[in-house]
Amino acid sequence: MKLNIIVLAKQVPDTRNVGPDAMTPEGTVNRSALPAIFNPEDLNALEQALRLKDQFPGTTVTVLTMGPGRAAEVIREAMYRGADGGYLLTDRAFAGADTLATSYALATAIKHVCPNVDLIIGGRQAIDGDTAQVGPQVAEKLGLNQITYSEEILSLKDGKITVKRHIDGGVETVESPLPCVLTVNGSAAPCRPRNVKRVMKYKRCLAPMELPQGTGFGDLPYAAEYEKKPYLKLGQLSCADVNADLQQCGLAGSPTKVKNVENIVFKAKESKVLTGSDEDVNGLIKELLNERLIG
Amino acid sequence: MANYYKDIKEIQFELENSPLMERIVELKERSFEDKDQYDEAPQDFADAMDSYDKVLDVVGDIVANVVAPNAEEVDAEGPHHENGRVRYASKTYENLAAMNHAGLNGMTMPRRYGGLNLPVTVYTAANEIVSAGDAGFENIWSLQDCIETLYCFGSEEQRQKYIPRVCQGETMSMDLTEPDAGSDLQSVMLKATFDEENNCWRLNGSKRFITNGDSDIHLVLARSEAGTRDGRGLSMFIYDKRDGGVDVRRIENKLGIHGSPTCELVYKNAKCELCGDRKLGLIKYVMSLMNGARLGIAAQSVGLSQAAYNEAVAYAKDRKQFGKAIIEFPAVQEMIGNIKARLDAGRALLYQTARYVDIYKALEDISRERKLTPEERDEMKKYSRLADAFTPLAKGMNSEYANQNAYDCIQVHGGSGFMLEYACQRIYRDARITSIYEGTTQLQTVAAIRYVTNGFYAQVIESLTTAPSPVGEESQLSKVKAMAEKFNACTAAVKEKDNQDVLDLCARHLYEMAADVIMCHLLMQNAAKSPELFGESLRNYVRLAEAEVEKHNSWIKNTLGE
Repeated sequence: MKLNIIVLAKQVPDTRNVGPDAMTPEGTVNRSALPAIFNPEDLNALEQALRLKDQFPGTTVTVLTMGPGRAAEVIREAMYRGADGGYLLTDRAFAGADTLATSYALATAIKHVCPNVDLIIGGRQAIDGDTAQVGPQVAEKLGLNQITYSEEILSLKDGKITVKRHIDGGVETVESPLPCVLTVNGSAAPCRPRNVKRVMKYKRCLAPMELPQGTGFGDLPYAAEYEKKPYLKLGQLSCADVNADLQQCGLAGSPTKVKNVENIVFKAKESKVLTGSDEDVNGLIKELLNERLIG
Repeated sequence: MANYYKDIKEIQFELENSPLMERIVELKERSFEDKDQYDEAPQDFADAMDSYDKVLDVVGDIVANVVAPNAEEVDAEGPHHENGRVRYASKTYENLAAMNHAGLNGMTMPRRYGGLNLPVTVYTAANEIVSAGDAGFENIWSLQDCIETLYCFGSEEQRQKYIPRVCQGETMSMDLTEPDAGSDLQSVMLKATFDEENNCWRLNGSKRFITNGDSDIHLVLARSEAGTRDGRGLSMFIYDKRDGGVDVRRIENKLGIHGSPTCELVYKNAKCELCGDRKLGLIKYVMSLMNGARLGIAAQSVGLSQAAYNEAVAYAKDRKQFGKAIIEFPAVQEMIGNIKARLDAGRALLYQTARYVDIYKALEDISRERKLTPEERDEMKKYSRLADAFTPLAKGMNSEYANQNAYDCIQVHGGSGFMLEYACQRIYRDARITSIYEGTTQLQTVAAIRYVTNGFYAQVIESLTTAPSPVGEESQLSKVKAMAEKFNACTAAVKEKDNQDVLDLCARHLYEMAADVIMCHLLMQNAAKSPELFGESLRNYVRLAEAEVEKHNSWIKNTLGE
């Protein structure tokens, strides 16, 4: 059995170890202060796809990512770990997309590049937005079943997939016919490391969008390599390439409006010193009860 | 995200800043002839260097995120002995899986066997990085370099049979030591007999202290010539675990490197293959095997020193006493400065040795394909001699430094360092073996002393003296020159006695003097290129080395005067 798997991946600012300059004074993310990384749960998703590829030789794992030129780094990273290739979905028209417009663009691209997809796997959510909406919305737009919070693929046979889900207080095992969409939880197996032979083979892979403006692959160092090895040119899709409806893309297709961003700073108020005496402790309990902080 | 390669700028410096590197790559890549056949092969020198950097980035990533976090648990659990086999600590399997997924096996082997065709210098860097994360795991993983010996001396059929398997992640061991044959390998008694009926060799007997003794592919030193008692009766054999016949009798309970199973093996008529020619087992093949292994232990030691430095600095910055971090106290600064100085000096020696090994090994390999030109033959001879002279210095000095650095690391931790909660105690225990196995420091001295008496180290030092010294550090050069004079005077005085016992007694002192002076020079060259990285270490190291050289000088003078 050969499967066609699409892995949805996103390049995100690393919000896990933020320094004092992580936010701008306006309260938005200061992207230049945070390194751009492969969204962690998308790596868990990639691992699930690669395990299926190990199990079913001939399976194709294709990464789909939406973003600016530099987002192609996640395609290379995925290829270093075992993915066969990928597409960078990039267009000015996609800019400013909320989860609805993003899932529209992704779903449209999937229909275009892989109409006979068996499985779409993405991370549960991205660490920059934390919405967990894109995977489920892609499933809805494609009319497919979805299994969220996936932790492990237990089996895949006779056109059906059985998946263990991570739910509150336990696990749940569910089954779905293929094709379907999986979103993978961070508790799933970590992704395998980069393979060094693949790193050396694919290190020069580039999407056209990454080239300096006004230049082509022929202007790059080792230009002849790009002629000889077509895999060095990564797939790239624009809005027009996938026949997307402009009204549903980017800002125009995003009903989410950010009304206001508040920078919340916790300030220490005046402090009170208590002794361990019964009197002080009773007083504190009463005060907390009165303020309904405990009950 | 932490990365044990990217975070240590000194390693990258060592790879990029030697004029020998271009030659190494040119030889190793045979002028880039693989580029049309293998997608991963480099196009040119810059491309190769870029690939090396990326490979080590992967190593550094795995070590930071898998190997190092597992180290404590692996150390606590250790390997298990079950039904004559070894089962590693559970996290060891996780480490091995990560290394295998990454394809970090058969690193120096040619691409046609599935290897990465990396220079020894790059492999050495990987070795040091893995060791900084877990020196016990490094043992298991780095035994892959036994394949070098099989590659050099095995038949083409054996190469094709075994090398791809090692590149796929099968592990190796070198079965040399026996209860009565430790440092004295000539006494090996494991019996190899030819089985006429089945047209193969058979092994009978036992081995002791075999690192990773339940490996997939063993190189075994055994007595093939019945009735002999010395090294000329020994041959090298390949034992394939798939054939069976070797059991693990017990696993040793050790002070350190718990992750690495040290085994006692029993050979029960085990089928094996002869590797190379009969009778050359010890005198040729094991010597080659040992030289590779010694460079490996030097790298392991440098990794441990790096780990000791990291732990000492982290603790000293964090720990507050008398109202400030203890790193602000001169007494603590001195210890940390000394660790760093020994680390940087020892590392410079390690990579210089690795580069010498690279050039001669690559030329030697080319000589198996075609006749070398007279210039190439001279070049091979030159670097082979340098490698031979530098390997015992790199192994002996770095392993002693790893011990000293681990000691100081615990000292920086104070009472907490004596508790088992901190990594420094594991580093201390793991470091202890480095100056013992693959030839004790005393045996490194034996290997090196002829280069003292024949004046080769003195020549090396003389040629290093002409290199530019870093701006503002001219006074360091004059100090090092004075140290070299003491070394030369001591050598002359010992030689004048013309007495082997006196030479043996003074050998370790002369050996260390030579090593100290050479390391001063190498560090000076580094500081000339990068004062930010090495300036402070240079000043600290010269101060240390000066005192050491004077100590040896006075010891030798007093001894000769008696």
